[in-house]
Amino acid sequence: MTETVIIAEMHKGKVSPTTNELVGAANLLGSNCTLIVPCTDSSVADEASNISGVTKVIAAKSSLFTNYDAAAWAQALDSVAPQGIVVTSASAQSKDLAARIAARRDISVVQDVISIDGNTLSTPIYSGKAIENVSINGDVVVSIRPNVFAGADNDGSCEVQVIDASGDLSTAVKELVERASTRLDVSEANIIISGGRGMGSPDNFSHLEVIADTLGAAVGASRAAVDTWAEIPHSMQVGQTGKTVNPNLYIAVGISGAIQHLAGMRSSKYIVAINKDADAPIFQYADYGIVSTWEEALPVLGNALSNMLS
Amino acid sequence: MAQIKKSADTNVHQLNPTGSAIGDTMVKIAVLVKQVPDTNSKIQISGDRVDLSSVKMVMSPFDEFAVENALLHKEAAGGTVTAITVGGNSADKVLKDAKAIGVDEIVRLDCTEYMDSNAFQKVISEVISQDGYEVVYCGKSSADTGSGSTGPGVAEKLGWASVSNVTDIEFTDGLTVTAPVEGGDAIINVSTPVVVSCDKGSIKVRKPNVKGIMMAKRAQVEVKSVSPNTSSVTIVSQSMPAEKPAGKKFEGGQSAETVVQLLRNEANII
Ligand SMILES: Cc1cc2nc3c(=O)[nH]c(=O)nc-3n(C[C@H](O)[C@H](O)[C@H](O)COP(=O)(O)OP(=O)(O)OC[C@H]3O[C@@H](n4cnc5c(N)ncnc54)[C@H](O)[C@@H]3O)c2cc1C
Repeated sequence: MTETVIIAEMHKGKVSPTTNELVGAANLLGSNCTLIVPCTDSSVADEASNISGVTKVIAAKSSLFTNYDAAAWAQALDSVAPQGIVVTSASAQSKDLAARIAARRDISVVQDVISIDGNTLSTPIYSGKAIENVSINGDVVVSIRPNVFAGADNDGSCEVQVIDASGDLSTAVKELVERASTRLDVSEANIIISGGRGMGSPDNFSHLEVIADTLGAAVGASRAAVDTWAEIPHSMQVGQTGKTVNPNLYIAVGISGAIQHLAGMRSSKYIVAINKDADAPIFQYADYGIVSTWEEALPVLGNALSNMLS
Repeated sequence: MAQIKKSADTNVHQLNPTGSAIGDTMVKIAVLVKQVPDTNSKIQISGDRVDLSSVKMVMSPFDEFAVENALLHKEAAGGTVTAITVGGNSADKVLKDAKAIGVDEIVRLDCTEYMDSNAFQKVISEVISQDGYEVVYCGKSSADTGSGSTGPGVAEKLGWASVSNVTDIEFTDGLTVTAPVEGGDAIINVSTPVVVSCDKGSIKVRKPNVKGIMMAKRAQVEVKSVSPNTSSVTIVSQSMPAEKPAGKKFEGGQSAETVVQLLRNEANII
């Protein structure tokens, strides 16, 4: 069987739960799965040793994993990773890394995989308007879309090997600018509540923030909101020219559901739409649609959620 | 003060008294552009392939930011900008669009065959190195495949640095770019040679003027032939996504209460 090599997805210096999904996907591609944990402190790799289906954990330890540097990370990870099918997450940073590792190994990369059937992988094309099925032959690098594959359980155990990895830095971080808000970014969140032009003013986004804080959600926006109001930064934009997100729950408020907005969120597991226009296209994609103004619906939604979650 | 006037079409390096050429810092910039279906278009399948025959083709949205950044780089540092695409005759339009807003040269790598990422990046990186470019701009991903593999992949093949998802650039000694990281943004220094994959940022993409459009019409596309390697990833089929079952729709704001119940009891997500 084919060897698989997973690059663990990291979040705040720890192995992120997405990694279990990568193992789930890797087990569909081959056996003998080595999990590489890029880290500055190898103890974080211990947690990953109980993911079932992993044969071996390699803690790739280096100070260069403090800040992302595509060239150096690819060099360091390539040097510690055995040959095989390499699996990463399809987060923005990991897709970038996946492409570099593939080019370094002189193999191809298949990004954003949403299903695996033997040697056939499926990926969304044209922003999810169609699906492409490709067949792979030999080693490739595969990035896996989060929130699609079932995660492996945490009832295994395996050896952890620590290897000092090295690479040549090609960039230097001059400054890190922290986000003003402590809320998650849309690209990191499992629940997103987004507002569109129908919110009427940027101040009204505070109604979305209250609900986001109840849910531990991120606040997103349509392009019309970002373009109309300077207070709404582009980092919040979801869609074709914003971020592609796949949360468990996406709540669209005062968003019509233009094709370019759908491009960024249609693969969300559950979609709730609040719109006063019963014919808004967003309702065709919503699992639960509420035909109402947000002024009426959001207070009810907020109360019901805080009653349920308190 | 008298200004030294340089005729626009003399590209001769003048020597200053110490003997070094004025204009040695001129940067040779390439920007990779790709033609994709207009994002408004409906995608249809015929047989087991997407049928683009009746779809309007445009420059991929993030490539527009790449072209703009390449032009800003040239304006800040001096140099030339060459737009490069891969495709058949029909792809010339995307090059002319780039020409109309100010790129100097337009080059098409003539190939209509499918190439997987490895074959594609090899073709691009060979041209970049043969023709001596020092900086390459591209979009962070194209609107058709959405992969985002080209920028970092080409950089790796060239042995260059790369920065991706870049929203802002300062053209200092080398480049200072802004790119998102966990929890915020990083401001990163990188020196050339480098591949920069561009996201939408605060810059506005310039619009062509009449003169630009006329120039673009007359401009010659330099066509280069390429000989790609065999692909190891092949397309089996393309299809429509599975239809999502129709959702439930409720009237009135009070129904938000019901939806919250459903999110817990039916969807099991909160
Ligand atoms: C190349 C390109 C790229 C693009 N990229 C993106 C992108 O990345 N992301 C994106 O979002 N768009 C993108 N767009 C723009 C997109 O086409 C739409 O214009 C945009 O999504 C519309 O945003 P909206 O739904 O907020 O506004 P509108 O379409 O104006 O919709 C507002 C909605 O709010 C509803 N409403 C009004 N008042 C209320 C109320 N009180 N309560 C409840 N509902 C109310 C209305 O019924 C309406 O449905 C792109 C377009 C192009 C051409």
